[in-house]
Amino acid sequence: MNLILSGTAGAAAQAGAASGVQSLTWLLVGLPLLGAFVLMVGGRRTDRWGHWLAVLLSWAAFVIGAAVFLSVLGEPASERVSVQHLFSWVPAGAFSAEAALRVDTLSLTFVLLVTFVGSLIHVYSVAYMAADPDRRRFFAYLNLFVAAMLLLVLADNYLLLYVGWEGVGLASYLLIGFWNHNPSYAAAAKKAFVANRVGDIGLALAIASMFLVFGGVDFDTVLGGAQQDGLQYQGWMTFIGLMLLLGACGKSAQVPLQSWLGDAMAGPTPVSALIHAATMVTAGVYLVVRSGAVYQAAPTAALIVVIVGALSLLFGAIVASAKDDMKKVLAGSTMSQVGYMMLAAGLGPVGYAFAIFHLVTHGFFKAGMFLGAGSVMHGMDDVVDLRRFGDLARTMRITWLTFGAGWLSIIGFPFLSGFWSKDAIIEAAFVGEGWRPWVFGSVAMLAAGLTAFYASRMFFMMFHGRKRWDTGAHPHEAPPLMTVPMIVLALGSVFLGGVLTIGGAFVNWLTPVVGEAAEEEPVLSVPVITAITLALVAIGALWAWRQYAASDVPVVQPRGSLATVAARRDLFQDDVNEAVFMRPGQYLTRSLVFADTKGVDGAVGGIAGMVAGTAGWLRKFQTGFVRSYAASMLVGVVVLLGALVVVR
Amino acid sequence: MQSFPWLTTIGLVPLVGSAIVFALPGGLRHLARQIALVFSLVTLGLVIAMATQFDVSAAGTQQFTELYRWIPQFGVSYALGINGIGLTMVALSAVLVPICVLASWNIVETGDPAADDRRRVSFFALVLVLETMMVGVFAARDVFLFYVFFEAMLIPVYFLIGSFSGPNARYAAVKFMLYSLAGGLLMLVAVIGVYLQGPGGADGFLVDKLTGLDYSSAGIERWLFAGFFIAFAVKAPMWPVHTWLPDAAAQAPAGVSVLLVGVLDKVGTFGMITLVLPLFPQASRWAVPLVIVLSVISIVYGALLAIGQSDMMRLIAFTSVSHFGFITLGIFAMTSSAQAGATLYMVNHGFSTAAMFLIAGMMVLRRGSQRIGDFGGMQRATPLLAGTFLVAGMAGLALPGLSTFISEILVIVGTFSRYQAAAIIASVALVLSALYILLMYQRMMTGPVREPTRVLPDMNLREAWVVAPLIAVIVFLGFYPKPVLDVLNPAVATTMTQVGVEDPAPLTPLAADEGTNQ
Repeated sequence: MNLILSGTAGAAAQAGAASGVQSLTWLLVGLPLLGAFVLMVGGRRTDRWGHWLAVLLSWAAFVIGAAVFLSVLGEPASERVSVQHLFSWVPAGAFSAEAALRVDTLSLTFVLLVTFVGSLIHVYSVAYMAADPDRRRFFAYLNLFVAAMLLLVLADNYLLLYVGWEGVGLASYLLIGFWNHNPSYAAAAKKAFVANRVGDIGLALAIASMFLVFGGVDFDTVLGGAQQDGLQYQGWMTFIGLMLLLGACGKSAQVPLQSWLGDAMAGPTPVSALIHAATMVTAGVYLVVRSGAVYQAAPTAALIVVIVGALSLLFGAIVASAKDDMKKVLAGSTMSQVGYMMLAAGLGPVGYAFAIFHLVTHGFFKAGMFLGAGSVMHGMDDVVDLRRFGDLARTMRITWLTFGAGWLSIIGFPFLSGFWSKDAIIEAAFVGEGWRPWVFGSVAMLAAGLTAFYASRMFFMMFHGRKRWDTGAHPHEAPPLMTVPMIVLALGSVFLGGVLTIGGAFVNWLTPVVGEAAEEEPVLSVPVITAITLALVAIGALWAWRQYAASDVPVVQPRGSLATVAARRDLFQDDVNEAVFMRPGQYLTRSLVFADTKGVDGAVGGIAGMVAGTAGWLRKFQTGFVRSYAASMLVGVVVLLGALVVVR
Repeated sequence: MQSFPWLTTIGLVPLVGSAIVFALPGGLRHLARQIALVFSLVTLGLVIAMATQFDVSAAGTQQFTELYRWIPQFGVSYALGINGIGLTMVALSAVLVPICVLASWNIVETGDPAADDRRRVSFFALVLVLETMMVGVFAARDVFLFYVFFEAMLIPVYFLIGSFSGPNARYAAVKFMLYSLAGGLLMLVAVIGVYLQGPGGADGFLVDKLTGLDYSSAGIERWLFAGFFIAFAVKAPMWPVHTWLPDAAAQAPAGVSVLLVGVLDKVGTFGMITLVLPLFPQASRWAVPLVIVLSVISIVYGALLAIGQSDMMRLIAFTSVSHFGFITLGIFAMTSSAQAGATLYMVNHGFSTAAMFLIAGMMVLRRGSQRIGDFGGMQRATPLLAGTFLVAGMAGLALPGLSTFISEILVIVGTFSRYQAAAIIASVALVLSALYILLMYQRMMTGPVREPTRVLPDMNLREAWVVAPLIAVIVFLGFYPKPVLDVLNPAVATTMTQVGVEDPAPLTPLAADEGTNQ
């Protein structure tokens, strides 16, 4: 086995107790949680300063995260893991789980991403939500979101991870439904929570299986055990792997649990940025990468991870290519990009680091694009229809530039952040034997072309071509509180990938957790892969230019081909869910309610049924009932005592 | 142990309170609720004082025991004592009663103050009597005494359900009575039967004397098991004998529903784990497959029925059918973690259901209807009611971070290590519970503010005092359940020994090594 999991095998000895600045790790979760608590319990009294408190606490978490990062960076690679034991949490019979936080290079990567991008989104929201009477509540939820996500990535066992996992689900429910006085938004929030709960069944059963197989649920026990004995229990490892994947599909909106993501756009736009870039959807990728040892022992489960990733990659890209709602294009794009990460994570050690790498660069460019979209909505009276934009480059200079940086990054324009991370995944997908590299590599490559098409289509429809604005629209640039975060994210979208690639810095950083990949050559040579990919990207972008910038875009949506119509309807995902689950479920529920009142109740409560049938008799029966009951009880006691006397 | 008679005192205080309330002269009747609150708070204080004296390291044994001959001719003793499970149940009752008293402060408002006061006197007197019965039933260590409390409890409950609200309250009360009676009679027969199998003598009904009996045949043990079990299953309530509960909960005042579902139903599961398992170990093991099937059906069936309800009180009642399915599943899965989860669930469910019923009750009082469809947009009109109801609902769907999650996942995990299929089907409740809670929330609280709900007042200070302690407990036990689990674990271990079962060992030897290290 070429995998070195210093974070797992025998890690009990290696994972030192947290000391120094690392003992402050709990504040990473504690501070934003405190913010959420103060703002929720404090109520209207905190309206005036609440949002600034939330911003402050979020940045404070980033500062602590950065301090911990620097202290870890000062240690040799093999010692970059420590566990902070807080208290004994669930001691229950044979089962026990600690409240313990794990600081290692993987969790720290997430901590930095979540707190940095999350804090930028906090700042942006101060201005974006300025006119909303419930801004304080919004910031309470944002802080809760950040706290839950940090708990998710810092937890040292799967049960505590589960708390963060569903905490993220709760926060997203609250935020997607933030404007739930609109009934369809309320429905969208519920849909997201329920779809996530389907995934949570997977996580719950995975935890149960881990306890059955290993007798514990902390990372050392489970991952160390999987590494040591996993192959003997391949059946169980496959089951655990698939259940974890089910959980990951729910949270990361991968096929078949993707349907909530598009509707989740009901939330205010900064929420979408938070869900899609820094938190939530990345959780599934984290879970799979963290559980790498399980998948190493379960090749079938790993293969299914790759297949799910590949399907989501295409699914999301196809949907994004047809949508006219700006935010829904971005939603499809997220599903597709997370598909890249999932695909890479399923490939094993060769892909883990790149999955996380793409996750980080995606965190920057996708957050930047969402905040840019929010800025456009801010300037265009909340219009989201791409067909009613056009030529915004002139009036919204900064938004145009920052969104443009995100656009070039996501399509993989050479030497921008997205180029480095995506190219690495495509190359990794071409590694292997037999049919797999050819199929998965081609899918990854083809999707790069599709990505270029939909992202360029969106960009051109927003900023170029003819003005198609509603009468009375006065687009204007957003205030600095909004544009500064956008600029910072744009800089990250441009440079971060390149910087982290220098000397393999990022991959080396993650090696202590995800292991070192064996040197294997792709089935196609790297320059060929890069060349074909770039050619596809160019074709996609140029095609979009021809269709949506060079020629006129009709304001009214044309009927479109059958394929376009299908993509606009999200490839019939809701129709399928309704036909297969919802309507039979409603029918079942209705029949059971009927049967319960008529059948079970009637059969079991024959006496009660008789009572109900004869109302007149009932009244008579009731008046003296307790007396007669008391009498019957007396008779019962007499019979009892009599029986005892006789038997003696 | 001849120390201070904690349990008798705790049982007597509310009884005295009840007598005082009942005897109030006409001019002082308006003080009934204040007196009831004081007495229930004194009881709570005594329970807290007792809990500090409880020896946690010996939580598997009966403590604060009291033993007096009562009817020696028939082998009946007045024997009290509690182990960890009993302690948590007594504490649950003692916490919930003052909350329910406070929540029922303005019960019966007809516009005629004198008549209202008269009926309030009976209401609060009955609640206090009920508290005495609850303490008695959880503390009884004599099977006959247990039976007496078990049955006598029905009388105050009957009046509480039937006399104070609901158009069909009488019908619901009668239905409750008939179901309980049927179960009770079966138990009566089994009570005699188990005595006859035992050593007899002047203290022949003591639980300790009847534990570990050598039954003359397996058949007899099974019949006796059935007698107790069915009575407890009706009380629990388990599918298919659950149908009395939705009616009772929908018709009773909210405060009564809390005591009914939060505490009285626990008598069923409490009886299963503290009487049925120790008294009939072989029969219990024999019945495991059947009970597990019934539990799983209860879990799924209760949840599906909850989704289909249009009356919120009935909906909450059906969620309890589902949750009780988890409790019985955990008890009969016969692993330490599942039983710890089940007993913890008995505590957690009491608080979460109380919060749901009471907040729902506050809304019903305002709107004058308990139909879900009559609400809408409440989050705008009454943000506090809506927000706390969401927290209570989240506890109902076992959201991690709240107390119920830990008990539910423990039952699933503990069951899975022996009965995978049952645990997998039970875990479907994760999705179903999200549906029944969020659908209700969506229909009642979200959407545009509607005319009839626009003017409704939000939670007042008294109501905030009702809800705040419940939410605090739900959150606290979600983060730090250890104090309760520490009390329950030894009791569960004792039960496991009495039944003669051991935890299945993990598959891998590595984990076994690590387990001993901890």
